[in-house]
Amino acid sequence: MDTNQYMVMFLEESREHLQTLNSCLLDLEHNPENLSVLNEIFRSAHTIKGMSATMGFTKIAELTHEMENVLDLLRKNQLEPSEDIVDTIFKCVDTLEQMVESVASGADIDIDVSDLIAKLLSIAKGDVVAETTAKTVATKETVAETSTSGKSQMDLSDMEVSIIANAQKDGLQTLEIKVSLTDSCVLKSARAYMVMNNLDELGEVIKAIPSTDDLEQEKFEKSFQVLVVTDEEVARVESSLMSISEVETVEIVVIDAQNQISKEQEIKEVAVKVEQVSTDEKKEIKAEPNKNNVQANNVDKKLKSGQSVRVDIDKLDSLLNLVGELVINKTRLEQIGITHRLTELVETIEQMDRVTTDLQSVVMKVRMVPVGQVFNRFPRMVRDLSRDLEKEINLIIEGEETELDRTVIDEIGDPLVHLLRNSIDHGIELPEERRAKGKSSIGEVRLIARHEGNNVIIMVEDDGKGINAEVIKRKAVQKGLISQAEADKMDNNEAVKLVFLPGFSTAEVVTDVSGRGVGMDAVKNKIESLGGLVDVETKLDEGSKFKIRLPLTLAIIQALLIKVQEEIYAIPLGSIDSTINIGSEDIKTVQNQEVILLRGQIIPIIRLANLLNVPQQVATNSKDLFVVIVHMGDQKAGIIVDNLIGQQEIVIKTLGKLLAGIKVIAGATILGNGQVALILDVGTLMNNR
Amino acid sequence: MMVEEREYSNNEEQLVVFKLAREEYGVSILNVQEIKRITEITRVPYTPEFIKGVMNLRGSVLPVIDTKKRLGIENEEYTDDTRIIILKVDEVSIGMIVDAVSEVIAIPQDKIEPPESVVARYEHSFISGVGNLENRLIILLDLVEMIGIGTEAK
Repeated sequence: MDTNQYMVMFLEESREHLQTLNSCLLDLEHNPENLSVLNEIFRSAHTIKGMSATMGFTKIAELTHEMENVLDLLRKNQLEPSEDIVDTIFKCVDTLEQMVESVASGADIDIDVSDLIAKLLSIAKGDVVAETTAKTVATKETVAETSTSGKSQMDLSDMEVSIIANAQKDGLQTLEIKVSLTDSCVLKSARAYMVMNNLDELGEVIKAIPSTDDLEQEKFEKSFQVLVVTDEEVARVESSLMSISEVETVEIVVIDAQNQISKEQEIKEVAVKVEQVSTDEKKEIKAEPNKNNVQANNVDKKLKSGQSVRVDIDKLDSLLNLVGELVINKTRLEQIGITHRLTELVETIEQMDRVTTDLQSVVMKVRMVPVGQVFNRFPRMVRDLSRDLEKEINLIIEGEETELDRTVIDEIGDPLVHLLRNSIDHGIELPEERRAKGKSSIGEVRLIARHEGNNVIIMVEDDGKGINAEVIKRKAVQKGLISQAEADKMDNNEAVKLVFLPGFSTAEVVTDVSGRGVGMDAVKNKIESLGGLVDVETKLDEGSKFKIRLPLTLAIIQALLIKVQEEIYAIPLGSIDSTINIGSEDIKTVQNQEVILLRGQIIPIIRLANLLNVPQQVATNSKDLFVVIVHMGDQKAGIIVDNLIGQQEIVIKTLGKLLAGIKVIAGATILGNGQVALILDVGTLMNNR
Repeated sequence: MMVEEREYSNNEEQLVVFKLAREEYGVSILNVQEIKRITEITRVPYTPEFIKGVMNLRGSVLPVIDTKKRLGIENEEYTDDTRIIILKVDEVSIGMIVDAVSEVIAIPQDKIEPPESVVARYEHSFISGVGNLENRLIILLDLVEMIGIGTEAK
């Protein structure tokens, strides 16, 4: 049977459950008494076990199985969740993550789990051994009873009977196995496949009712029967089958070849009776674990029935592209309507405008994902880091529900990891140091996300030692990043921003965690490539705050179209403060830099025509000037343009690989008339003036 | 049919032939995606001089090369015959302005001479060979060098 079609599902669900495991384990660490958390951990582990077994990833199944044993003991209060145990389980989760990722990448990396399994076994030792023996005894009793019957319920052909007889001569036994799946089982064929797979490993399957083909095509209700010749013990076969999730019961009957041949009705009746009795007993034995099983499945179902659909991000991208095209064409129609004064067309377009706007916002919303998806892996990371560094850290996460475009979410993880690591490694002091400074020995790291206008702000804040501007300056000079003269001129605020320069690392000792000198500039580059900004504020001994400002979306923005000579450019509305009209006499110079005074604020002027080397084609009116006031962070600048065309929704297109990375240009867009207009990158524009 | 075609292209090179001033040039038909009339091209600042700008090709933005400037040929006004050849080279789509597109021809491999054999007035590296047909010479362009993927254009 082809398991490929379930692969994507398996990977996604495994990742989800591993994530749940991680966060629940963290919970457990803080509230060891919380039984519901334990139950959830158990359920997730159990599901992973079942899924991986179904998919034939035996090692994953094996590891989760042992994990489950330990978890079960914890759940039954036979074990205390000590630090050691939780650590071991964390390690298991890490290893499982590696295994799942290696499955995902298609690389068949052999990850050694024997150490972990041994560790789990030693944790579970004692109680677990006792339990399994109890179980085996119970099974054996029933087996003893059933074997006396030794009559198959199946109709066997002569050929099959002779196989059974031969097997018995060779000292092998024949088992008739009836497997029932739970009612909630979704992938019945997959489970059946797994059962057959397990049985193939243990012995030889000689008959199945319904036939193997029918099983694969799910042509059965909830149970099926298999006849197997094996030299394994009944208990071993049973436990192998019960380890498959969603298997409700396994009934095993040892078949006696002698009885098989004599086909007397009487014996058959007796056999059935005896067998039924033993089956009932078995059901009783199984009843307890099964209840949990069923419960787990029910809970899963409830969660999943949140009426959601998984969609490939590529499909969303192409949908967004199409909407973008639609917006462009709508704008084109608008222009036709206006130029030809077709009132009816204009009215229709207004209707269409509403629809496209709605459509666009829906598509954008569909692509929005809460940042929690990225944030939820941090508590674990912070926990591990604080242990490694022997620091006490309390991570506070706020605003997990803040939504960002999917493409941004995918990219934002690494920079945040960098920032958090930095805060923990360099920012937060060791406990004794903190106490000496009169702070609480537990350091606080805050990860906060929130909306701010058309942007999302993500902040990484710590109450650590802050960044020492003097040290930064000294380092930067040492590394030849700036000259001493430059350093002397800098104020503290500017100096702190030097950490974003390439090749800068402040760590006195390069630790495993950070300080390889690739950190902060990589963060800055990444954020800027997403159209965002990163800024830092710090106070010595009080902490530092890294603030990331990201655009909500990367695809469609509001922009102001402006004209310089005959060229049209778009300025993202998000970075525009206002537009003003000034006379040429309003421009003053300060140290050769042209500035204007706006409400008492001195604002530097950028002459776009000069900056972009726009060829002079028409004489411009140099008396009345249009100035677009833009801002980036706290900085402001005035851009002198020849004309303002108006505000428009534009679809951002890249300039392609060949022209990527041009200064001042953030991208291009297609106007209503089909012409390409370039989008100005206000950030670099201001730095390049 | 398929087999025939393959054999055909093994010994012969199929070229799209175009004119720049009075010279004939060719590029492999496999690189050519389509041929368009000249349209509006938007100048892009901070790019090498031979990048004429960007154009709109059904919703995507493509860079356009001023081929004559790139090859150092005297520039003339656009005419009715001026075309943009849309090329795809190493996954990069790009437009190339030419004076006229004349035809598609097949040149046998053995009629193509290495660039060294020509006394080149231009940068040697842009020419990958010269097709020598009875009374015409067709200069084969090395597109990767010409559009300067990953080097000059940046």
